Amino acid sequence: MDGLDEIIGEFLVESHENLDQLDRDLIALERDPSSSTLLASVFRTIHTIKGTSGFLAFSILESVTHVGESLLARLRDGELALTPGLTSLLLEVVDAVRSLLTNIEHTGAEGTQTYDDLVARLAAVLDGALPEDPAAPEATDDNAEADEPGEDGDVEESAEDEEPEAVLPAPTTLGVVPPRAPEAAEGPDPAASEEPAEGRRSVADSTIRVDVALLDSLMNLVGELVLTRNQMLQRAATREDVELARTTHRLNLVAGELQESVMKMRLQQIDTLWSKLPRVVRDLSVQLGKTVELDMRGKETELDKTILEAVRDPLTHLVRNSIDHGIEKPDVRTAQGKPAHGTLSMRAFHEGGQVNIEITDDGAGIDPTRLRDKAVSKGLMDRETAARLSDHEAVNLIFTPGFSTAEGVTNVSGRGVGMDVVRTNIERIGGAIDLSSEPGEGTTVRIRIPLTLAIIPALVVAAAGHRFAIPQVNLLELVRLDAAQAATAIESVHGSPVYRLRGRLLPLVDLREQLDLPAVQRETTYVAVLKADNQQYGLVVDDILDTEEIVVKPLGTHLRQLPLYAGATIMGDGAVALILDATALARRAGMTPEAELGTLAAHGTDAGEDAASLLLVELGDGRRAAIPVAAVDRLEEIERGRIERAGHHEVVQHRGQILPLVRLDHVLHGDAGHQGLSTLQVVVCRQGEQQAGVVVNAILDIVEATLEARTPLDSTGGDGSAVVSGHVTELVDIAQVFAGLPSGGRLAWSA
Amino acid sequence: MSQYCTFALDGHVFGVPVSSVQEVLRSQDLTVVPLAPDDIAGLLNLRGQIVTMLELRARLGLPPREPDAPSVNVVVKSPDGGAVSLVVDEIGDVLAPSRDAFEAPPDTVPASIRSLVTRVCKLDTHLMLLLDTERAITSEGMS
Repeated sequence: MDGLDEIIGEFLVESHENLDQLDRDLIALERDPSSSTLLASVFRTIHTIKGTSGFLAFSILESVTHVGESLLARLRDGELALTPGLTSLLLEVVDAVRSLLTNIEHTGAEGTQTYDDLVARLAAVLDGALPEDPAAPEATDDNAEADEPGEDGDVEESAEDEEPEAVLPAPTTLGVVPPRAPEAAEGPDPAASEEPAEGRRSVADSTIRVDVALLDSLMNLVGELVLTRNQMLQRAATREDVELARTTHRLNLVAGELQESVMKMRLQQIDTLWSKLPRVVRDLSVQLGKTVELDMRGKETELDKTILEAVRDPLTHLVRNSIDHGIEKPDVRTAQGKPAHGTLSMRAFHEGGQVNIEITDDGAGIDPTRLRDKAVSKGLMDRETAARLSDHEAVNLIFTPGFSTAEGVTNVSGRGVGMDVVRTNIERIGGAIDLSSEPGEGTTVRIRIPLTLAIIPALVVAAAGHRFAIPQVNLLELVRLDAAQAATAIESVHGSPVYRLRGRLLPLVDLREQLDLPAVQRETTYVAVLKADNQQYGLVVDDILDTEEIVVKPLGTHLRQLPLYAGATIMGDGAVALILDATALARRAGMTPEAELGTLAAHGTDAGEDAASLLLVELGDGRRAAIPVAAVDRLEEIERGRIERAGHHEVVQHRGQILPLVRLDHVLHGDAGHQGLSTLQVVVCRQGEQQAGVVVNAILDIVEATLEARTPLDSTGGDGSAVVSGHVTELVDIAQVFAGLPSGGRLAWSA
Repeated sequence: MSQYCTFALDGHVFGVPVSSVQEVLRSQDLTVVPLAPDDIAGLLNLRGQIVTMLELRARLGLPPREPDAPSVNVVVKSPDGGAVSLVVDEIGDVLAPSRDAFEAPPDTVPASIRSLVTRVCKLDTHLMLLLDTERAITSEGMS
């Protein structure tokens, strides 16, 4: 029933639009009766409505449009000439259709009015009678000769078989339908339902179609506004003007909400893309002799139109892959005790401002050993490196360029181009892809993509006096080294500098060198640890300035050949800054997939079971605590003034969301020693879909620690304490932090 | 009679149709694009629109401007609906020469310039070289 309602809804919106066009066309037609394009357009519209109404069993609508169509066919074929009388008649048809549609919209049925009279008059015209002409009586004369009583066959038919059977079904439908819409209870009077209940907008009025170009330009304007706001905020921060501060605060809110609303306007349901998949799945499974059931959840998940376009091909490719390589033939499946038909399930959902898409099949899965062998035989790595890969890392080798696992090349997939292209395409829009597989059980591919590309958070860095923006999605962490540290921590492997980051060797790329900019001698070295294409590297810059929401603007045609830049943006002070493409930068620096696999493998060995990445923080009373890095989203400095209250809780507005704050001192029952500080150090933690800002006194370090001396001692009965970096440190149980938040920690999103 | 916006470049006078000029900007803060070709002077923020600045001297194969010499931005509309700024030495008057003052460029015009000059207009005291704006700002004409 839902499906049908949806179809009727679409039909109504479309028809209302068509009718408005029809009115205009008919009037234009009267002025220029010879225009065959106008006639054809009018004919098409009526024909479309007729077709759909027949399909949806709206018989009165069908009969009215049918005679209207017959008349138009005559006009189109030149058998009749358009007179003002005929135009009025056709306009009457449009009115009748409009009122029928209104009835359908409000009551679900066509109503009692059957338009017998109109149908009869139309039929009479088709039979050769002259239409009466209330508007311009003198015009009727030129109709006389145009009326050829030649082929009456279909005319009679239309007059006969429409009228009697058209009248009958309507009253019966009416009796059944009223319970659906509350207005219908007042009585099936069509006049009453023509005036909708107060406050309720009709389907056609509640949505409008907007040109995408217009939306884009609106988005640009909002981008401008956001930039202007950033400038205002920077200016206002330097002044002691309370009034100005209040105004900018208000501007900040309004601009934020406007930005979000415009962004929402560009969102489309993922179903617009998914609706094509059942056909793909069906065709492919028939072709391969497999039976596959497609299960799709979260069709209503929305994402930006441009992103939707960008994931179209990768998604189709993954679905094809699952059916071709994943799901086995029915006999194989039954032999393994699985149901004969395979299941391909797709799930889409929002999480933390990103869209997740999962594609799961219950097929053969991927054998990590085979992938390791393949990587070795293809010369991508040596046997030891391959052996060191975890199973998860091994199956993700499938995304390496030139890697194909299909036993034979089919015309569906398996040419070794594909999965790497899928990954490239996903990463190009700032997304990430991950594959996990259980041999014999099936494979799941997870894709995380941003909601929108137009406005992104970015880190602004400086190199040789230039400013550059790096998209936050590429950023892992920031490292600051003073001269003494840099001298020991930066080493050289075959002449290329590396940095020892928690026991791992991180290749370093000097931004100034890559951009042919003069080197600047500085006391401190700043390294932005970036990830791109699964490889990590440290980008050496002169200074790290700020994180900012930036509006991505494309570069002109002259600069498109420079892959290093993903676009440009305008900074708060009005200057232009280039956006760096982390992947292109890695390529330019000569980083190869081998290097990538090397770090991957090193990572695999380093992260043993009992070693954990911990964020060390200091509490107000000098105690130390450690938060698992896995639960940490990012670190922020938040000014005291930005803290607001919601109920008993401290909250802060951040990127259009309300972030609840938790004082770690309170959780661990310590003294709040940092009341007087003007900026708070906040560790933004995540648990599932919830986020909370954990306020600490100071952020000390990130360590990779094996928790040897561990005691259950702590202040709250949480995760106990351990010796980390030579200090007794309480281990924060992140679940406990979230437990203190209202209703499971979920605060309402801001509008 | 068409009107032409004139400007000076290395002693030559060039003209572009007034209809193709969006605006003329005097000194502007520009953002240099590292690794960009020589004829790209940088990017500028034109009321929120990011506009590429083309160094017209480099485009025409003329010697580079003296450092610290003043320059002017002539912002012209580009075929894709955006705008491109031509960096020139000095802006001149708007002229409306009669149609018969135009001629095909004589051989004395240097070859590097001739590729981007469609016609030459004989003014009383000097020649105005009519610049093919579209060719001058599209990337294919690049050296």
